[in-house]
Amino acid sequence: MNIYEQIAKNRRFTWLVVALFVSLFAFIGYLFDMYYTGIPFFSLIALGAAGFSGFMSFQYGDRMILASSRAVPLDPEDLQQRQWQNVIEEMSIASGLPVPKTYIIDDQDPNAFATGRDPANSSIAVTKGLLDKLNREEQQAVAAHEMSHIRNYDIRLMLIISVLVGAIALIADWSSRSLFRSRRRDSRSGGSAAFILLAIWLVTAVLAPVISHILAMFVSRRREYLADASGAEITRNPLALASALEKIDMAATPTSSGNQGNAHLWISDPKGSSMGLRQGRIADLFATHPPIAGRIAALKEMAYRY
Amino acid sequence: MGWIFLAIVVGIGLWLIGSYNRLVALKNETINGWKQIDVQLKRRYDLIPNLVETVKGVMKFEQDTLTKVIEARNKAISVQGVADKAMQENILSGALRQLFALVENYPQLKSNENVSKLQEELVSTENRVGFARQFYNDIATKFNIVLQSFPTNVIAGMFNFKGVELFEVADEAQKQAPKVDLNLK
Repeated sequence: MNIYEQIAKNRRFTWLVVALFVSLFAFIGYLFDMYYTGIPFFSLIALGAAGFSGFMSFQYGDRMILASSRAVPLDPEDLQQRQWQNVIEEMSIASGLPVPKTYIIDDQDPNAFATGRDPANSSIAVTKGLLDKLNREEQQAVAAHEMSHIRNYDIRLMLIISVLVGAIALIADWSSRSLFRSRRRDSRSGGSAAFILLAIWLVTAVLAPVISHILAMFVSRRREYLADASGAEITRNPLALASALEKIDMAATPTSSGNQGNAHLWISDPKGSSMGLRQGRIADLFATHPPIAGRIAALKEMAYRY
Repeated sequence: MGWIFLAIVVGIGLWLIGSYNRLVALKNETINGWKQIDVQLKRRYDLIPNLVETVKGVMKFEQDTLTKVIEARNKAISVQGVADKAMQENILSGALRQLFALVENYPQLKSNENVSKLQEELVSTENRVGFARQFYNDIATKFNIVLQSFPTNVIAGMFNFKGVELFEVADEAQKQAPKVDLNLK
């Protein structure tokens, strides 16, 4: 599969995800209409809300994600951060893409992610641990991997997914709270409302983790292999990425800035559940990332080509 | 019968336009790729006098190397054309590598923050030149392949498209076999 097919596929998938999300909202609105109004009042509000949050996540989602992982802009005076900025600029030259905005996260676990809506509006965040532990060549490899996510428009799809999964989790949270509060206060008059809330809560609370897992499985794992491969094509140095991944894997402490909502964005699983050990098990089927050992093996095979 | 003839003419016309536009697009990408190399080379020319100025005081006994770097820089600025430029740039890269190796011998330079900053900037610039060259060569190769393939080469000939030179990496020092002195005296 070449990069243009990958981009086209990502575009289609993004629309599919948005459509699914909008229909879920419409369904919730429809439930309210059925029991309260009989006219499509809540349905329209829900549709508007879905459209609005979809638009907002497209426009400002990257900032939300960066803020939620406590990323701050780089300090150009610091030699170590200056070097990372240089590495990013080198990779943007090598890949022919605009220079993304750069952020640093004060976290000792080596990890990194890219986000944004297109190459012209993209950001790369890196943990301090990654800059401490990786040498210049390995940093280049990680930067090239992230640039490939940007070039393939993986970042847009991931962005929409993380914000929408987050929104579904919010609805689940809200409905469960109003459900259990209304039950305590007056159990008779709020009968039908409680029923609707229960339905919403069931749908969203059950759906949110399932959706995020399925999406992570389908979306993230093959894309990681692909970004590894095209990242190696940018640096012409697959072994540097292999050794970077080895170092990242060795430091299998969880990235504290990662969370359920953005796990699929990072170069290695922020839950840090030492993936090398569980390889081949059923748990592996549901992981957001392919086993690092598999990625390293694929990269070492590539090394003969350059 | 007339319809079939018309369809063939239109088909050929569309193919002509498509191929011509593809050539123009690739040609412009190649020019842009070359400009990117130029930008990075300029950055390097600007940084070198700074570096030499900073280390000059401490590296009194390395005048030879410092002069070589400056000379190589001045010469690289003045040459034109892809092939000549590539050759002079390779000489300059070699001279810079030599200078970096010498800096390692001076602990007071290694611990100097200004020097490490400049060194990082130059290492990065070296990389930028390398990656810009890689990007240019990839695009230029693509352009040349399209240009020389049949049947696009007919159109290229009609509109006088010319193939472009690659920016060769061939380092003179790397080309020669390493000399090993086995004379154990």
